[in-house]
Amino acid sequence: MKTSLLTIAIVTLTLWGCGGASQRAEKPETSDSVLQQQEEVHGTEVKEIALTNPLSQPMVDEGQKIYDMKCSSCHRLTDERLVGPGWLGVTKRRKPTWIINMITNVDMMLEKDTEAQKLLEQCLVRMPNQNITEKDARSILELMRKNDGEK
Amino acid sequence: MNLKSIIGGVAVGIIAVAQISCKPNNKGGASGSSELAGDAAQKVYVAPGTHDEFYNIVSGGFNGQISIIGLPSGRTLRIIPVFAQSPENGYGFSEETKPMLNTSHGFVPWDDSHHIALSTTNSIHDGRWAFINGNNTPRIARISLKTFRTEEIIELPNSGGNHSSPFITANTEYAVAGTRFSVPPDDKADVPISSFKKNFKGYISFVSIDKNTGRMGIKFQLKTPGVSFDLARAGKGKSADWFFFSTYNTEQANSLLEVNASQKDKDFILAVNWKKAEQYLAQGKGKKEAAKYAHNVYSDKVHSATSTIMTEVMTLDPKECPDMLYFIPCPKSPHGCDVDPTGQYIVGSGKLAAVIPVFSFDKMQKAIAAKTFDGNFDGIPVLKYDAVLHGEVQKPGLGPLHTEFDGKGNAITSFFVSSELVRWNIEKLEVIDRVPTYYSVGHLSIPGGPTAKPWGKYVVAYNKITKDRYLPTGPELAQSAQLYDISGDKMKLLLDFPTTGEPHYAESIPASLIEKNSTKIFKIEENAHPYAAKGEKEAKVVRKGNEVHVYMTAIRSHFTPDNIEGIKMGDVVYFHVTNLEQDWDVPHGFAIRGALNAELLIMPGETQTLKWIPTKVGVTPMYCTDFCSALHQEMQGYVRVSPAGSNVPLTWGTGKNPVAEAEQKVAKK
Repeated sequence: MKTSLLTIAIVTLTLWGCGGASQRAEKPETSDSVLQQQEEVHGTEVKEIALTNPLSQPMVDEGQKIYDMKCSSCHRLTDERLVGPGWLGVTKRRKPTWIINMITNVDMMLEKDTEAQKLLEQCLVRMPNQNITEKDARSILELMRKNDGEK
Repeated sequence: MNLKSIIGGVAVGIIAVAQISCKPNNKGGASGSSELAGDAAQKVYVAPGTHDEFYNIVSGGFNGQISIIGLPSGRTLRIIPVFAQSPENGYGFSEETKPMLNTSHGFVPWDDSHHIALSTTNSIHDGRWAFINGNNTPRIARISLKTFRTEEIIELPNSGGNHSSPFITANTEYAVAGTRFSVPPDDKADVPISSFKKNFKGYISFVSIDKNTGRMGIKFQLKTPGVSFDLARAGKGKSADWFFFSTYNTEQANSLLEVNASQKDKDFILAVNWKKAEQYLAQGKGKKEAAKYAHNVYSDKVHSATSTIMTEVMTLDPKECPDMLYFIPCPKSPHGCDVDPTGQYIVGSGKLAAVIPVFSFDKMQKAIAAKTFDGNFDGIPVLKYDAVLHGEVQKPGLGPLHTEFDGKGNAITSFFVSSELVRWNIEKLEVIDRVPTYYSVGHLSIPGGPTAKPWGKYVVAYNKITKDRYLPTGPELAQSAQLYDISGDKMKLLLDFPTTGEPHYAESIPASLIEKNSTKIFKIEENAHPYAAKGEKEAKVVRKGNEVHVYMTAIRSHFTPDNIEGIKMGDVVYFHVTNLEQDWDVPHGFAIRGALNAELLIMPGETQTLKWIPTKVGVTPMYCTDFCSALHQEMQGYVRVSPAGSNVPLTWGTGKNPVAEAEQKVAKK
């Protein structure tokens, strides 16, 4: 049995050598000036959100701007479902962290969160990644709170 | 069966496989030779979900486009439209991209593009831009290697065909454009063809490239004697101030060139000291001449191109600029003119010659200093052949065309007539290895092969004849490219892969230099298109006389507005479609029945415009052409077209009934 194992080892080596373990060409050197940084927003899970009252009007205004550009195509501020659910009452139904993660971290939510998965079954369109930062998502949340009547 | 015998059996099986895979077989080609690597399949296998090692950026020849191919797999990843319209994504059809194809002749939506040049810093690939020539209607285009889109096209006046182009200097200071046809100056061009020797000039344009933006401009044109410029390469290192151009037709024939341009024993390589040209320019030796050419620039901020017609160009007359140009005699109609990675050797390839002459830059400098001349050609000194020659490679093959370098002191030259690649040592001028190609190779490409730092490993042969290499597809066939492993002593064939158009030249660059910069989306916040609708709130329809502008948004899976009424026959409708998505790989399409131009493909965050002139009264459907979601099939809408002079009000909307609302408004009044 020892002999057989040795044979396998040798043959494997032969195959390796013969197959030419694919070596990548020399790694090129590049200067930083060439490689312009590309911003890309990928959510990391948000576990805590501190809410304060009264609401921050600047955040509500900012949230409204983002809503008009990136959200309103699919979400109404009423309870009417368009592509996605209407936002009325969302802050009563969902925890703040759930809302923020759904905005910034859709892939994780659709993979792990059963409530998010249920919504996908209803709507059949994946909530898109709209390239929104955590800070911007917080402003959207403030708009939602205002929409739900918080002061 | 016990465990021991099972393992023994496995070992025997593996040995058998090992022997089979190591045995060279004879499937290389019709000749039954053994050039196919025994482990070819393993070497070109790129496992599902993994990426190729190199981007191969390939000219499209008569399709006027660029192909992006992965190496070593040979998979086509994308076709970039450059000089040709593309109905697939609307390039050259959309209002935003039409100006890219404007020229001094008007709209020229096609070209014949031969050569790729990738930008370099210190003669080493830097992964910023690709340049390509338009041979027919002389142009140079710059393609961003972040967006893989054509960003800029500049036309070249006083040129009869831009073949010797767009080769670049060490730090991408210039792309050159030598005319293949000598021509009389554009503003004094009505002369007898037979007055060639008197009136025709071989213009070489030096197109400057801004080092930050890549923006091009014609810095100056050299008015050289009337010959045909074929190919070119910049020097490197010690020769970096120089540019070398191969020429033919130094007989200055204007008819039956096949015979009349092949009379002389030697033509020339023109050596240009471009730093000296810059000095003469600074001294005010340049002369502005009237010329008409288009300069077209695309902006990712307004998602639109502009076309500007330029009216003059700076020229330099060599007669007033001594010590700037020298001719090097080169045997029999040289084609390739390639500079080795050190910048010391210049390899000429006489199409009809039986040797490959290799010139020495040091010897050239000495010969210039000592004025070792063999007369002059139209006032330009001709250097003595023997005084600048490093040596000749004897009997290398038939019909040498192009040479690239492996970075290990060797050159590989393509031979069209004898259909082979030949590797030879540059110092010793000795042939080391040869391998057949199927069939009749034109250009060849080693990753980094024309640079100071070849990445080596592979060479690709771009063959001119395909014949029986693939399943037959009638009289018209794909082009044949072949990948060879050059890492060992013998060049070994690894893969045949078909290409589109007619690739002439190509370059390859390590994926690591490009992939991380690849643009994923355009930020909607930064969209400065004048007709953008950044959010459905901004969607609207505006009438200006008989022009109707639809500010439309697209998101999975609806357009806003998706119902439009009040369009009349005689109207010109512009659909300005903004894709509101901000996620990678979620383009939307836009198509309308009977459109006489094309459809649109709109990337996330982008706005593109389709012009539509209704041809029939009635209700016309429109829809998304790019499968975007589970409800893609529902992404559709209607436009109602009424007869000219009808009083149907202009209404629009999504998710409501526009006519009913309009009627309510009317009722309220």
